[in-house]
Amino acid sequence: MKKLFLFLMMGVLLLGVIACQPKEVKKPIRMSTTTSVNDSGLMAHLQPEFEKETGYKLEITSAGTGAAIKKGETGDADILLVHSKAAEEAFVAQGFDEVRIPFMYNFFVIVGPADDPAGVKGSANATDAFKAIAAKGATFVTRGDKSGTNSAELKIWKDAGLAPDAAKDTWYINIGTGMGQALNTASEMQAYTLSDKATYLANKGNLEILLEDVPDMKNTYTLIAISTKRFPETNNKGAEVFMEWIKTEKARDLIAKFGVDQYGQALFFNLD
Amino acid sequence: MQEVIYQIFGPNPEMREIIGLTLIMSALSTIISSAIGIPLGTWLGLTEFRGKKTWLKVNSTLMGLPPVLVGLLVFLLLSRSGPLGKLSLLFSLPAMVLAQVILITPIITGMTANLISINANTINETCIGLGIHPGRKLWLVLNDYKKDYLINILAGFGRSIAEVGAVQMVGGNIQYKTRVMTTAIMMQTNMGQFEQALALGLVLLVIAFVVNFAVQSLRSRISDD
Repeated sequence: MKKLFLFLMMGVLLLGVIACQPKEVKKPIRMSTTTSVNDSGLMAHLQPEFEKETGYKLEITSAGTGAAIKKGETGDADILLVHSKAAEEAFVAQGFDEVRIPFMYNFFVIVGPADDPAGVKGSANATDAFKAIAAKGATFVTRGDKSGTNSAELKIWKDAGLAPDAAKDTWYINIGTGMGQALNTASEMQAYTLSDKATYLANKGNLEILLEDVPDMKNTYTLIAISTKRFPETNNKGAEVFMEWIKTEKARDLIAKFGVDQYGQALFFNLD
Repeated sequence: MQEVIYQIFGPNPEMREIIGLTLIMSALSTIISSAIGIPLGTWLGLTEFRGKKTWLKVNSTLMGLPPVLVGLLVFLLLSRSGPLGKLSLLFSLPAMVLAQVILITPIITGMTANLISINANTINETCIGLGIHPGRKLWLVLNDYKKDYLINILAGFGRSIAEVGAVQMVGGNIQYKTRVMTTAIMMQTNMGQFEQALALGLVLLVIAFVVNFAVQSLRSRISDD
């Protein structure tokens, strides 16, 4: 009996020692990003520099903005990098005192077949271009996945006073997938679609940019650090370190120069 | 869950169409694969010839073909710039069925060959003894093993209805056209709508149960005869 007692005590002590060992100071940061940021290669470009400078490890998962934000709600991310103002504001409004900082932007592009059957080229803005596509009944592929790009597309339709419905409008193809596959599908069908420029340049297929650099296609990316009020174990400290780092000259320089070598143009622009 | 029940039985036909398309796709693929795989497997099981072992080995490798690889190959085959691009079959039901047939046929063939080869000696000796012509022998065996084939066919159907990688790539998950249950589940998950995805998964499970149950009871009815 005494032996058993001793044995148990030793076990408890051992557990105590394990529990009291100083926690690893720098817990990996779980980042949930949108497909456009990840597929374009921007994160792979930033990650090594960030890890080298701060000693934190980044664990990046990517999904459409809707799902990316959801990972914040379910406690599966410490920081979000997303681009859908309405969805972000709704998320921050849930009342956990989370900080949301817009930090970079780029432009969406309307891509489509080179012969441009709907005559999108030269439109004054995306709204006019969408009106032309709808008037012509030209095939248009929609992401239909609640991503940032998808919400931007839906907003343009709304501004155009149109509401295409895949059930009735056979030219409006809803595929519920990421940008890469949407571009593949549009290329195969020789259809129009709305894309972020970075993903398009990485995956052009048989599509051409028909409209870009118009005011209603600005695409702003933001960071949201998940609050420890949601989940106490959230690595909020790491998230804040990333937010500080992204504002440094070094990071801004990396973002500004990203894509210049490969595509001859910058893909993302820093916000002031 | 309530919402999904509403989606299935409510006024909007979309969910019913997705379920219907899933069943049509799986049934078509299974029928075609069985029409190839069962006679072929039976013949392989009964017959001895040079190179049979190699053939069986290749077949069992094909039984484990990664769906995404099949999806990619069929995609490239049917793509606008691919050899069969003129047919405009990419992102359509036939494209999904084609990918599925490539996936399932080796499974049905392999399982059938396995089943028949266990009894091949007895069958062959009996046929020689009765002087039955080889062509007729194949026919008789096909008839005789009807109920055992059902299991193989069911395995094919199960693979078909649960498969997601290939049908996503060649079907494209187009709403009202090529969206099936598995691709819808994947899409809902990617959208962060986990409840919906889970509910759809349950529906898929129920369908699998019903089909299994129906075939099992059919099978016991046949063996009662």
